[in-house]
Amino acid sequence: MSQVDPRPPGADPARTRTLSESDSKDLLARFGIPFAPEHLVTDAAGARAAADALGVPVAAKLCGTNIAHKSERGLVRLGLSGSDAVAAATDELLAAARPDDGATGVLIAPMLRGHRELIAGIATDEQFGPTVLLGIGGVLAEAVADVTVRLVPISRIDAEEMIDDLRSQALLGEFRGEPALERDSVVDVLVGLSDAATAVPGLVSADLNPLIVSDGRAVAVDALVELTEGTHLEPAEVRS
Amino acid sequence: MSAAAKAPEPEDFRALFDPAGVVVAGASTHPGKFGFVCLHNILASGYAGRVFATNRDGSPVLGHPTLRSLDELPEGAADLIFVCTPASANVELLRTAAAKGIRAAFLASAGYGEAGEEGQRAQAELVALGAELGILIVGPNGQGVVSTPSKLCAQIVAPYPPAGRIGVASQSGNFVSSFLNWSCATGVGISRAVSCGNAAATSVADFLRFFADDDATDVALAYIEGVSDGPGVAAALTEVAARQPTVVLKGGATAGGARAAASHTGSLATDDRTFDGLCRQAGVTRAATVEEAFEAAATFATQPLPAGNRVVVLTTAGGWGVVTADAITAHRDLELATLPDDLRKRIDTLLPPRWSRNNPIDLAGGETRDTIPQVLELVAGHPDVDAVIYLGLGIQSNQARMLRDGGFHPDHGIERIVAYHERQDARFAQAAHDVSVATGKPILTATELAVAFPDNPGPATVRATGRVCYPSADRAVTALGHLWRRSRHLARRGVGTP
Repeated sequence: MSQVDPRPPGADPARTRTLSESDSKDLLARFGIPFAPEHLVTDAAGARAAADALGVPVAAKLCGTNIAHKSERGLVRLGLSGSDAVAAATDELLAAARPDDGATGVLIAPMLRGHRELIAGIATDEQFGPTVLLGIGGVLAEAVADVTVRLVPISRIDAEEMIDDLRSQALLGEFRGEPALERDSVVDVLVGLSDAATAVPGLVSADLNPLIVSDGRAVAVDALVELTEGTHLEPAEVRS
Repeated sequence: MSAAAKAPEPEDFRALFDPAGVVVAGASTHPGKFGFVCLHNILASGYAGRVFATNRDGSPVLGHPTLRSLDELPEGAADLIFVCTPASANVELLRTAAAKGIRAAFLASAGYGEAGEEGQRAQAELVALGAELGILIVGPNGQGVVSTPSKLCAQIVAPYPPAGRIGVASQSGNFVSSFLNWSCATGVGISRAVSCGNAAATSVADFLRFFADDDATDVALAYIEGVSDGPGVAAALTEVAARQPTVVLKGGATAGGARAAASHTGSLATDDRTFDGLCRQAGVTRAATVEEAFEAAATFATQPLPAGNRVVVLTTAGGWGVVTADAITAHRDLELATLPDDLRKRIDTLLPPRWSRNNPIDLAGGETRDTIPQVLELVAGHPDVDAVIYLGLGIQSNQARMLRDGGFHPDHGIERIVAYHERQDARFAQAAHDVSVATGKPILTATELAVAFPDNPGPATVRATGRVCYPSADRAVTALGHLWRRSRHLARRGVGTP
């Protein structure tokens, strides 16, 4: 990357920090990556209002600057179908927060319907620098390991070829009553990730896991961005 | 490429590959020593330039007079020095060499970067010295350099390959030998070959850049192991593969996964997948095995690129065709062509009625009707066909060989039938080449007779046309897949054919 190193002198580039889910999404959305509309709330009343606005069912997730593995810790509640359930889940999640989670609130998000999940992201290779990745997602992602990688920057042609690389092509056609994947929606995500990796100095990795294929379009429902310690983002880059 | 060294100039490579004269430093009278073998290989392979050798005692080696010291070398008489002397002697040697007008040094000497801290210091000193003296340093710890336009075989191992259009650069000397052995086996020749050894100052990437500029080289073939300068290698591969077919075999391809990372992406983006992605976006042909790598390079060097992926299989025997059709169907990027009606009707007039009337085209004894060249022409000439794989070549000649050797030859009418079969197989092999040239479409022949009985007139004629007779249909399918991927890569990016 050709940008001037924005890190303050003395910062250790080997050390990294993660952004909260909501800040991660705000950062990546600037590069055209589609996310479901969602609300960051700080109490049960806010959660009720958000659920009313979005329409149930919704998902509730604890959001913080230092929570990397939400599902494993039970910090994700799915399919909440009434405002009482949403309020109760919000209280429980806030109570479950540990001091070092850096909790900033609870994200209330619509439940997206889709049988198919992809994973996409940015990783920094020790030898080759930033890369963009696309794979079949879901709980079996690492075991199935149907994954393809390119070096940043990528063109739209490269992104289309990444989709072609996946072995599980049958998953990308019409599937269990759902329409075929609109490949352009994935191309947009991949090119957006490449653009983010080029434009944001200190961006070490990003996970969009999962990208749910909903009505044929890939929509990211979770995001985790990892930055080099001491990376300073312009205010426009992060909302919080 | 080391940070200390500047990028080599084309003129430096000319001194390495097309020197007007060569010096072997450290020539030995002992036929087991590198300094003997290298001089032998230079003298034995027809190099036309002047050959000098140094020997401490001034003893003749192989009847060739030697110099006691490099000081005795006439100025400007040699461009290349092949160094077999111990590392400790080489600094002074290279200074003298530079003063005598030598521009390139290949170092076979060990005792450098591979030999602990002291060796690493010596290697850094070597790189700096090369830059100071303006000498291209290749190696150290390498096996040598081959350049067929100059009939130069300055290496401490065999073989010297036939002349051709493939440039080889390798981080392992043994892989140079492997590729050159495959060149000898197939007859598809080599332009330049170099073993980079420790690649102290000149890397595989530097050679790939030279090959792209080199008039003698059409295809680059490289073995890469560790990558120490990722962005440099990525840039070189991207630049070079845009200009000529570039085939890479990479060692250390497995494992490398699961590095510690906060993200799932980080653990899924293994070294191997990252290198694979680089190859795909650069249009580099990545091969999984030595023979796949050589055959891909040899196919790029000898067949036209297909404009599409529709393949027809032509076979004289059913089973082979079925299995090959399966291999094409299972291939990620190739397609078994649907036989067009008009083509089917025209083939009806040339083959016995029991022919398959489908793809694979089972010729059903068409060879006895002598129509194989015409069928090949019809099939390859059809606009809905992009490539042909032709199986069954040489079967009749294999029987002819048995008839010839069986103790009854030439009586009982054997002599006549043997000559007929051998003539026909040679004709069919020649037709596969001629039709490919006429139509501009790849036609690949495959039979295990190419390795079982390489003198069989079928595969022998394929070799004489300059092409590969693939030892199996699967290997032909794999090679054709590589051609198509490159063709598609260039077309999608609006790059003209190389």
